[in-house]
Amino acid sequence: MTSEIEAVQAPALEMRGITKRYPGVVANDGIDLDVRPGEIHALLGENGAGKTTLMNILYGLATPDEGEILLDGQPVRISGPSDAISRGINMVHQHFMLVPVFTVAENILLGEETMANPVFLDRREASRRIRELGARFGFDIDPDAKVGSLSVGWQQRVEILKALYRDARILVLDEPTAVLTPQETEEIFEVLRRLAQQGHSILFISHKLYEVLEIADRITVIRRGRVVGERIPSETNEADLAELMVGRAVELTVDRGESHPAQTVLRVSDLQVADDRGNPAVRSVELEVRAGEILGIAGVAGNGQDELVEAIIGLRKVTSGTIALSGENVTAHGPRAMNEAGVAYVPADRHRFGLVLPFSIADNIVLTSYYRAPFARGFLRDFGAIETAAAAGVAKYDVRTPSADAPANTLSGGNQQKLVVAREFDRPLTLLILDQPTRGLDVGSIEFIHRQAIRMRDEGTAILLVSAELDEILELSDRIAVMYRGRVVATVDGRSADKNHVGLLMATGGESREAVDPAVASR
Amino acid sequence: MRRLWTVAGLPIVSILLGLVVGAFVILGSELLLPDHEFSWTLPITAYAALIEGSIGSFGAIVNTLVATVPLVLAGLSVALGFKAGLFNIGAQGQFLMGALGAVAAGVIVADQPPIVAIPVAMAAGMLAGAAWGFIPGILKAVSGAHEVVTTIMLNYIAISILAWAVSGPLKVPGSPSPITNDVGNAAFPIVIGDNGHMGILIALGMVVIVSWLLNRTTLGFEIRTVGANPDAARYAGMRPRTLIVLTMSMCGLLAGLAGTSIVLGVTHSMTSSFGTTVGFDAIAVALLARSNPYGIIFSGLLFGAMRAGATLMQIEAGIAPELIDVIQATILLFLVAAPVLQRVLRLRGVSGGLGATETITRSYGREAVS
Amino acid sequence: MDPLISALYGIPIVGLLFQFGGYLIAILPPVAPILLQSATPLVLAALCGVMCERSGVVNIGIEGMMLTAAFVGWLVGVIVAPMIPADASPIFGATPALLIALVLAVGAAVGVSLLHAWLCISVRADQIISGTIINIAAAGLTAYLYTIVSANSPEGAGNFIAFKPPPAVAELPVVGWLLQMFLNQGPIAMSVLFIVVGFQIWLFRSRWGLRTRAVGEHPRAAETVGIDVIKLRYRNVLYGGILAGLAGAYLSMEATNSFQADMTGGRGFIGLAAMIVGRWTPLGAFGAALLFSSSQALGQVIKFAPPSGDLGSVVGSIPGQFYDALPYIVTIIVLAGFVGRSIPPAADGQPYEREAAT
Repeated sequence: MTSEIEAVQAPALEMRGITKRYPGVVANDGIDLDVRPGEIHALLGENGAGKTTLMNILYGLATPDEGEILLDGQPVRISGPSDAISRGINMVHQHFMLVPVFTVAENILLGEETMANPVFLDRREASRRIRELGARFGFDIDPDAKVGSLSVGWQQRVEILKALYRDARILVLDEPTAVLTPQETEEIFEVLRRLAQQGHSILFISHKLYEVLEIADRITVIRRGRVVGERIPSETNEADLAELMVGRAVELTVDRGESHPAQTVLRVSDLQVADDRGNPAVRSVELEVRAGEILGIAGVAGNGQDELVEAIIGLRKVTSGTIALSGENVTAHGPRAMNEAGVAYVPADRHRFGLVLPFSIADNIVLTSYYRAPFARGFLRDFGAIETAAAAGVAKYDVRTPSADAPANTLSGGNQQKLVVAREFDRPLTLLILDQPTRGLDVGSIEFIHRQAIRMRDEGTAILLVSAELDEILELSDRIAVMYRGRVVATVDGRSADKNHVGLLMATGGESREAVDPAVASR
Repeated sequence: MRRLWTVAGLPIVSILLGLVVGAFVILGSELLLPDHEFSWTLPITAYAALIEGSIGSFGAIVNTLVATVPLVLAGLSVALGFKAGLFNIGAQGQFLMGALGAVAAGVIVADQPPIVAIPVAMAAGMLAGAAWGFIPGILKAVSGAHEVVTTIMLNYIAISILAWAVSGPLKVPGSPSPITNDVGNAAFPIVIGDNGHMGILIALGMVVIVSWLLNRTTLGFEIRTVGANPDAARYAGMRPRTLIVLTMSMCGLLAGLAGTSIVLGVTHSMTSSFGTTVGFDAIAVALLARSNPYGIIFSGLLFGAMRAGATLMQIEAGIAPELIDVIQATILLFLVAAPVLQRVLRLRGVSGGLGATETITRSYGREAVS
Repeated sequence: MDPLISALYGIPIVGLLFQFGGYLIAILPPVAPILLQSATPLVLAALCGVMCERSGVVNIGIEGMMLTAAFVGWLVGVIVAPMIPADASPIFGATPALLIALVLAVGAAVGVSLLHAWLCISVRADQIISGTIINIAAAGLTAYLYTIVSANSPEGAGNFIAFKPPPAVAELPVVGWLLQMFLNQGPIAMSVLFIVVGFQIWLFRSRWGLRTRAVGEHPRAAETVGIDVIKLRYRNVLYGGILAGLAGAYLSMEATNSFQADMTGGRGFIGLAAMIVGRWTPLGAFGAALLFSSSQALGQVIKFAPPSGDLGSVVGSIPGQFYDALPYIVTIIVLAGFVGRSIPPAADGQPYEREAAT
């Protein structure tokens, strides 16, 4: 592998003693990190450990309070992204920094425009270079495809091409596989290995233990802003890394025990739902969730899961088909009617659908029940009852706040999610819909929410779980349905599910695999 | 005391700064006057006249109250819109239509006993204003057309309708100039001084009603939720489209009531030059009070006083009343630049910004709600 | 064919429509130049909107910027003209006073746009409120100063006059009247077409156009490739100020030679509507502005040269104020019909904060 090459060379990148303080927190505390030429170096840590801050410093978006950065042994001061780029440091962000309405070429050109003359862009030359670069690293890209119509796997490739177009020497990838299927992950890993062979240095940030073990040459673990360990993959394993990452022995999976499913609670029959542009997003979906079981919907983001959930919960009109709750036809029910029928929804985007951030915690707790007793008598609100309920909810679900009158935007992400949970879970429920419930949360909050979900299942609630993290699906689901291009292409048993098999279904829908031209790979 | 400073500190500082800038504008405009002797004390004379004309005598105070009535009502109109995430620049047009409705009805019931005439004329004015608020509301709810552009168009259309009505169907027959008949018994009775009419009580009543609506009722909660986060409102089972239409109609009703109050309380008839600055003053009143109904009483009084005193200011200091517009705009400018103001002047403990208004731009140009 | 047409003529509505069509065709040649002229301030206002909003800044204050420019242009003319007496040059009737006034008028609009840029970009205030305050301030200040200055009816600097193309142009077959229409304009009106085309090319084919559009769609992405979002937004809002300044200067220095309170009459807002209908492109805004200005022109023409016959009696029975309100009515109808399908730049109106700036 690459380890033979770098025997006596100076590291391509070295960060020494990097310290960065923000009000109230030390984000980075004396971090030492080095990456050799041609090495794939993984930076492992959970959300909030300080990885993003460190990368912002490297990319010139922040200045360290102490410490220095060296490139090829020379200390440098990086003043901003353009400076970083000109020094050969390129970053592929976790949330794609791509303009959806621009073409692939326009996105790649932006900021590093190939000019035909001082005024006009040279699109032809740019297209040529892009195709050439793509070919060199094994993929066939259409420079004129609109990025917004590409799958996430292809968008990821465009991001990488962006970096290569700028002669990147050091490539920083921030959680690159968060939204990829196992197959796409493997393909990206191939690209990365080729890049490393050609001498590029790669810094790979992740919180996914098995991926890091698979791709990295060396692993640096940080926790709460400090480096707590450096490992070589052959000398460690997931449990060891997890313990380093979190600081204590971690149960990597919650034992969900046996499920005892009873009657059918939710039945979706031949459902057709259109997306915002009128195109079919959900095509003839058949689903069933029983009381006391968790049905996990696996699928790459954008294959109709959002529209399916919105249709079930009543936020989106159904084109045809039926949705039945405990036998009753609820297809036309709006969110309030579903809510009153005992359905709860923990939305993927908690800032958009789950909370009204400027409002108080108390108002948020009664957001779906403010209009009925005891919180209102007809037209008038009963603030005493609201206050009591709010205090109870905050205590029971461990929402850390000085007072229930504080606005919701003063809470941390994890506490905001607990607030949503406090509102949704705390009543008798027939059906619970969880949409990306642990996205962006720290390990403690993730554990809490997973345990709560299993508790509700054991109490007899039917649970529909939608998640882009295949691991979460595999960990919690009793049954798994795979969605691809708006259809449920397979339903498998949760216990015996094979991760690669499910991943393949997510990526291809069970159809035969051809080289997919991204221009054609629209939804 | 400290609570007062936190809430009102920024507006107060903005007002003071606005007056200072106004003084400089006065000085500056002296230079533009051809044969005029430059006098450093002109601003002081002007402001003194302003104060005297607004609160310098019992009559002046009553004038101020009378001028405040439409400002409070129209200010409530704009503020209610802000709470729902809507920018009701159309208060001016709704105000005019309300006045027109009140005059049209008032002229018809002029000979009825007041107990009949007044409610009928008021109702007509409120209805006309509500209709003029309904139009941009339904346009926004159905097609997403942003209310800033549609309401301004409607303002201009209202002016045309007014011109037509006053020189056409409502015109006093045989009169050389466009003027309507008198509203007779539909006029508001006087409750204080020579000209302090019933509108004063109505305005106060509306403040209480709007505040109660927003803070104590489920409808008010829904309105505020739609303004703060329409997506969450949908999930909570509220209907943003219905709420937008309802709120814009209520805003129209309030602004229409403002116009009604002038027609029934002060002028008793209408001419084609019935165009005042009320619609835009209302925006300033609402912003200065941060859309708080009780705060609107104070900001309304401030601008009412300035408008009332402007006449005396013109007589005694020769300053055109448009100066009030300049001062008003400057006050708003300082309010909007609050964070900078806080830093530059090292103000501590004041709550900054314009509150509920911060999210208005969000729905510009696209489907506001789905 | 003829029996069909005469049969259709019998049906009242259709007959009226035919007459209306004939009326429009008849008035087109004399009205066409007016069409372009009344479109000029609308187009420029719409282009200002496009420039700002493509960069992500909502500019409701175009009306105020135009008014400021109109006033300053007139005011400077009033002050400077007596100081530099000169004969009007044969090219557009320019005089030194007029030129100075034009420069200062546009400069004033740029100054106002700097204020708007500062409030929206650096202070991160709500952009619609910032624009509204500018409108209120401009209306108040110009009205106030105008009452003072006009008290003794000063003489202005005159105005730019239209270029007179040689008579041979009008004689050209087919395109004669079209060319005549384009060339028989004052300087600002004539430059509009060039500005529209130039802007369109610039926005979609140049490096700065690409960066501008990126900043309006996804400023964070632009920042990560090293583009200075803040500086670019400032710069574009100032360019927009130039366009608004030209629009305002046109009103008081080319279309007329005086100033009136509220001279802009809502054109800034109609310009915004044109921008929306035109899908935030210069060419689209141009087309939409032509549509709106034609309703304005139509309204005026009907009052002065009404049609005859059945159509005439229908038209005459509608009160004159309706035609005054026609452009506003058309704007609302078009806007309500089009907006749902018109998507603004994704980051339009959202204040931008640099990532973790130390």
